[in-house]
Amino acid sequence: MRKELIKKIPLSISEPLKIKKKIGKEVSIAIAEAVAQCKVDVISAYPITPQTHIVEHLAELVNNGELDAEYIPVESEHAAMSACIGASATSARTFTSTSSQGLLLMYENLFIASALRLPIVMVIVNRSISAPISIWNDHSDVMTMRDSGWITTFAENGQEAVDLIYHAYRVAEKALLPVALNIDGFTLSHVIEPIELLDQELVDKYVPPLRMKYKLDPKNPITMGAIGVPEIYTEAKKAQDEALKASYRIIVNAWKEFEKLTGRRYQPVETYQMEDAEVALLIMGSLAETAMNAVDLLRKKGKKAGLIRLRLWRPFPLKDFLKAIGKIKALGVIDRAVSHGSTGGPVGIEVRSALYQSNKRPKVINFIAGLGQRDVTVEDFIELFERTYEAINKKPKFSYEIYGVME
Amino acid sequence: MPKDQGLISWKKLAPGMFILEPGNSIKFKTGDWKAFRPILNKEKCIKCGLCYVFCPDLCYKKDEEGYYISNSYYCKGCGICAQICPRGAITMILEEA
Repeated sequence: MRKELIKKIPLSISEPLKIKKKIGKEVSIAIAEAVAQCKVDVISAYPITPQTHIVEHLAELVNNGELDAEYIPVESEHAAMSACIGASATSARTFTSTSSQGLLLMYENLFIASALRLPIVMVIVNRSISAPISIWNDHSDVMTMRDSGWITTFAENGQEAVDLIYHAYRVAEKALLPVALNIDGFTLSHVIEPIELLDQELVDKYVPPLRMKYKLDPKNPITMGAIGVPEIYTEAKKAQDEALKASYRIIVNAWKEFEKLTGRRYQPVETYQMEDAEVALLIMGSLAETAMNAVDLLRKKGKKAGLIRLRLWRPFPLKDFLKAIGKIKALGVIDRAVSHGSTGGPVGIEVRSALYQSNKRPKVINFIAGLGQRDVTVEDFIELFERTYEAINKKPKFSYEIYGVME
Repeated sequence: MPKDQGLISWKKLAPGMFILEPGNSIKFKTGDWKAFRPILNKEKCIKCGLCYVFCPDLCYKKDEEGYYISNSYYCKGCGICAQICPRGAITMILEEA
């Protein structure tokens, strides 16, 4: 775990905080165990690299009788999401997980899950998109569902992935919205990390049984997914949009409650060395930890470098973001997906749009890096910091740049 | 042309635009955009009920004499009943504005 997190554990709280031994676990396995601790009723999934270990382990737990859940081995991801929608509509706690092409195959159903306000939890093990075929990690898959109305969070390491599973269920079921938790393929999913799972009694407290007010029930029939004629569609979408915006409070409060239970603190926008920073990089996902090392090195040389990490991507935490940028002069936004023919990567576009709503605007330079798991090392981050420094005085010639490409 | 307006405030919609009252689609008027409407010639009609069976909007109902009569509240004027009628007892006439 990171230094800053260890510092923040309030040792004065003896109960219910229980410091346990961390156990070395593959992150995918730990995620599956956390899902099982949340006592899911239905798991519906189709295997795809690099997500497979999560649902494979859940299948084992169900098969061994360790988890009392219905495991539906569907014929495709489209069916996986359909089954989750059907199960969730009956007030069953549901889980699925996918990657890359699998996410794209369930695409149309993603929008239905959120519009029907179904608290489905999905782990997206981020992987690039074909063609060329690539099983390796970047954020191309999740960025395609940017506008789907799902609450979307990112984990940077195995412990965060596990903690955000508990959080996802708590948030989804309070907000009545689906949650997509993102972990980087391979760099997170397939590594073994020291991970602490919560005690079952704490999980039970944090994720109480799901009781949905409106559900499919033969005794009390309702209609879900009725036609939205022109006289009602706009109102339906407005209501959905307001629900997603209102989920922000629920998300933040759930993290505060989690901190009380465990001492581990999560925020919509995480910062590192931002208090007096002049220049910062912004990134999401596991590469943030590499970037922190670059910040440490630059700090040793006396450079006031900082790092901003978006933990919450949807709903976009505008106020937290504007607060986090402080007084920096330049911000280097690192995207891990291409928005072909656009004015930037998906995150770059978002950040520029967010800054337009503020009077304090640092210079923004947008890089696309780490596509298809191309290495982005500490040295690369230092170079990206240097490029961001240059942007203070010199306007970049490009609106975005694919970094590290061989000419 | 009349402009479409919202039917209900977004604040009053149930989550997910669920419809909480079962069977309330019976209130939904689908018959207000038809260009043609079916007219039954009772002299030709043999009360076979094919119009009732084939009507996609379920708007035919048997009356006391056994004739099937369409309900213009639901009828969209598709003309399937007129096509299917084995005796040519149903004709579609232009709906007057």
